[in-house]
Amino acid sequence: MSATPLNTPDVARLVMSRARWRFSEIVFWIAALATIFLVPSRHLILTEIAILGLFALSLDLILGYAGIISLGQAAFFGFGAYCAGLLATHQLVTEPVLALALAGAATAALGFVTSFLVLRGSDLTRIMVTLGIALILRELANRFDGLTGGADGLQGVTIEPLFGLFRFDMFGHTAYAYSLAVLFVLFLLARRIVNSPFGLSLRAVKGNPLRASAVGISVNGRMVAIYTIAAGYAGVAGALLTQTAQFASLDMFSFERSADVLLMLIIGGTGYLYGGIIGALIFKLMQDWLASMTPQYWQFWIGLVLVAIVIIGRERLEQLRGAIRKRILRLRPQKHAA
Amino acid sequence: MLTILFDGIAYGMLLFVLACGLAVTLGLMNFVNLAHGAFAMTGGYAAFIAVNRFGVPFLLGLPIAFLASALLGIILERTLYVHVYRKSHLDQVLFSIGLVFMAVAAVDYIMGSSQVFIDVPDYLKGQFNVFGVGIGKYRLLIIVICGLLTAALQFVLSYTRFGSRLRASVDDARVARGLGINVNAVFAATFAVGSGLAGLGGALGVEILGLDPYFPLKFMIYFLIVVTVGGTSSITGPFVASTLLGVADVAGKYYVPKLGTFAIYTVMIVVLIWRPQGLFARGSAK
Amino acid sequence: MMKRILVGLLAATAMAAAGGAWAEEPVKVGLILPMTGGQASTGKQIDAAVRLYMQQHGDTVAGRKIEIILKDDATVPDNTKRLAQELIVNDKVNFIAGFGITPSALAAAPLATEAKVPEIVMAAGTSIITERSPYIARTSFTLAQSSVIIADWAAKNGIKKVVTLVSDYAPGADAQNSFKERFTAAGGQVVEELKVPLASPDFSPVLQRAADAKPDALFVFVPAGQGGTFAKQYSERGLDKAGIKLIGPGDVTDDDILNNMGDSMIGTVTAHFYSATHPSAMNKDFVAAYKKLMNGQRPGFMAVGGYDGIHLIYEALKKTGGKTDGDALIAAMKGMKWESPRGPISIDPDTRDIIQNIYVRRVEKVGGELYNVEFATVEAVKDPIKAAKK
Repeated sequence: MSATPLNTPDVARLVMSRARWRFSEIVFWIAALATIFLVPSRHLILTEIAILGLFALSLDLILGYAGIISLGQAAFFGFGAYCAGLLATHQLVTEPVLALALAGAATAALGFVTSFLVLRGSDLTRIMVTLGIALILRELANRFDGLTGGADGLQGVTIEPLFGLFRFDMFGHTAYAYSLAVLFVLFLLARRIVNSPFGLSLRAVKGNPLRASAVGISVNGRMVAIYTIAAGYAGVAGALLTQTAQFASLDMFSFERSADVLLMLIIGGTGYLYGGIIGALIFKLMQDWLASMTPQYWQFWIGLVLVAIVIIGRERLEQLRGAIRKRILRLRPQKHAA
Repeated sequence: MLTILFDGIAYGMLLFVLACGLAVTLGLMNFVNLAHGAFAMTGGYAAFIAVNRFGVPFLLGLPIAFLASALLGIILERTLYVHVYRKSHLDQVLFSIGLVFMAVAAVDYIMGSSQVFIDVPDYLKGQFNVFGVGIGKYRLLIIVICGLLTAALQFVLSYTRFGSRLRASVDDARVARGLGINVNAVFAATFAVGSGLAGLGGALGVEILGLDPYFPLKFMIYFLIVVTVGGTSSITGPFVASTLLGVADVAGKYYVPKLGTFAIYTVMIVVLIWRPQGLFARGSAK
Repeated sequence: MMKRILVGLLAATAMAAAGGAWAEEPVKVGLILPMTGGQASTGKQIDAAVRLYMQQHGDTVAGRKIEIILKDDATVPDNTKRLAQELIVNDKVNFIAGFGITPSALAAAPLATEAKVPEIVMAAGTSIITERSPYIARTSFTLAQSSVIIADWAAKNGIKKVVTLVSDYAPGADAQNSFKERFTAAGGQVVEELKVPLASPDFSPVLQRAADAKPDALFVFVPAGQGGTFAKQYSERGLDKAGIKLIGPGDVTDDDILNNMGDSMIGTVTAHFYSATHPSAMNKDFVAAYKKLMNGQRPGFMAVGGYDGIHLIYEALKKTGGKTDGDALIAAMKGMKWESPRGPISIDPDTRDIIQNIYVRRVEKVGGELYNVEFATVEAVKDPIKAAKK
């Protein structure tokens, strides 16, 4: 991060170029759109991937752009999930999109309240505080079983057809199109946020909080804001899962869920928004494939892959990925021709 | 009532032995080793095999557990961990969680997924009464062993040549090397001792916590709580923290069972908000 | 000429396709179990029992091959739901089976209804499950079945004051409420109701509380697999010597780990549907075969739930002549009776839940190993919670 004023033409150009859509990004989203029509039999797992991708995106917003490491993002995921579930079971809001937005807003409010707990402290402190919040919420949901169904999970969630037209079918077609659309819209929003002056100031905070405050950026204000936004994102992801799976369970708050999403994000890489989505795609497909090969011992192979990624070095993998991407880009026009 | 206090202390001591190795790797070597519980599990299963399958006396099973975990620790340190020290914390998380997954599945494959127990000799079973306070013999053993260990650790770190070498290596590895300290060997030895202690804790804990292949995942959170609340800059911090947590957990469950596990998490968050570096932080935290 | 042969061939294939379609295509059973995670031992027992049954009875029923597709849900209910959905939609399974915990079984229930695919619950034990879909049948048990029987036994055997200690989730609540209702109706008194978190590492505080209340007996429910830790601390605290009897549904003395629990468990009285020492020729063969398959490990009650579950699928198929229409299969299952390793059982035609004998057992040493030895039998017990609703 340079300390030069932001109105220098060079910096402006740099920022503009970063905000511009790259060809590979467009290809990515076209490919995502294509999956709706090309692989209808995989929509169920793709729905889950889209939801996890959104969840990982929320973590990327705070980890990749503000440097806040969290091992309790499931707190917001679970909260959003139960919000959506309760809205549906009590017939408060039956329109899925509206309910989704409400669940997201409620979770953002929770994020705002808890954000003050993570302002201070080292990585480790933040990890534990976020983890603690998630575990406490889980206990609360367990305790108020009259409302939440306790350990049985929230049953009897029936979601009305989308826009009154599209029923959530058993094949998961509606669910997938819906999840993907939500992911795309929120991705656009996130992209807008991180490329805005606000997003740039966040990077300054991440790079060096002291210097950032010296140039007049309110460090705590920025942290609270992004943490709140990220919580809202996670809440929407949770709400999506409730709506597409039509129930919610305590396990949505679990430590494993927070840990898994962190793994996905690290695999995909932080700080460029696509990391979470790509990580979710890789992790989930790999897990699904391994678990169908060996339902009992797939964890071993997942573990081996994780260890290998670190030992081989992600830099080297990234080089490899870069090379593959180049090759794909070169191939792409020919494919279109054929 | 003192019985509750006694139980809490024993439970806390057990947590301490399990977690102190993590405090060492995290605090001194600045390495996030989430796989710490896997070493504890190794020790537990080593003792189980020695005692139940080969009829080794229980008290001899404990050092076996220590050695087995320490040996595994040193092998992994030399082959794998050494490549990861310099990587980012996120990479370390990825790496050590990967190890946990592998350990869990491997143990499940070899030992099966049912809970196992070590045959404890009769003289360690039951309670005796001192002025109306029920003292569990096994818990007393835990307290004695852990007390001795803590004293020994504190002594080694503060007063011996090895301790000063370790502290030197941690503060500035390059200068330490320049002074002729074999930093790699110091780290390896430290790591091995930390793993060995986890193994010992794992073996001691079977009787109270149970042992199955999911042990490392189940107790990871507890280890992390002890270490963060206690701070990672000394042995005393985690020691006091684990004792406090042990007592708070046991007393909380006894007096207000409705609260369940709220107590322990709330205490943790409050402490961390109040003192973000842990209860016993040294001035200069990294 | 060529043309005619071709047409003939086509017609022949078409006929074969129409008439013999289900003679060639296998019947698929999607088995969704926790194979990893804290409940893995449940999943493994059921999986082993299903494999054992198929080894013994062949993999063909009514002319159709049976194909098992095993999936691991790691005890995460939304996984269960997705896996069930994929199995139904993509693999076109004719049955979904397994289900280690109640939320998993409940999560799959709407799918069973919508797709008209029978859901065979082989483990989960909360009463409400079978009410959630007309396509659910259960071959495990309900906690209330065991709990009321042990309540009767306790009331008749001079136990007046009881402390209950259950894991804090739905089956625990079922066990506790059924016990309390029956026991207080018989004049007994529940002096304290304790709950422990599902993932509780240390039982010592609650056990101390139970000891301080000085009851005649301690009623315990912890899920299969956790009984060991409990038993250790029960004896450490000297509750056995203080004359506090241990009673409960049989989960706490699961055969799977009972032998490791130590001699302090001797004398524990539980009520449950299966013991590995059940004195029948069929059970002896079952235990021997299971041990052979699983390196000497004893079958627990989860294994029997799996064994009977696959039996139910086989028999239903025999009855429908290999037809896999969901309604026909469920109709075939209703009222079905057979002899299981646990004793005579049947499927309640009204609720599709299991009706079985509940045995009162005492832990004793048999041939140097600890076993639940049955000493009283209550025949044909229905799920009391659903029975009370009528």
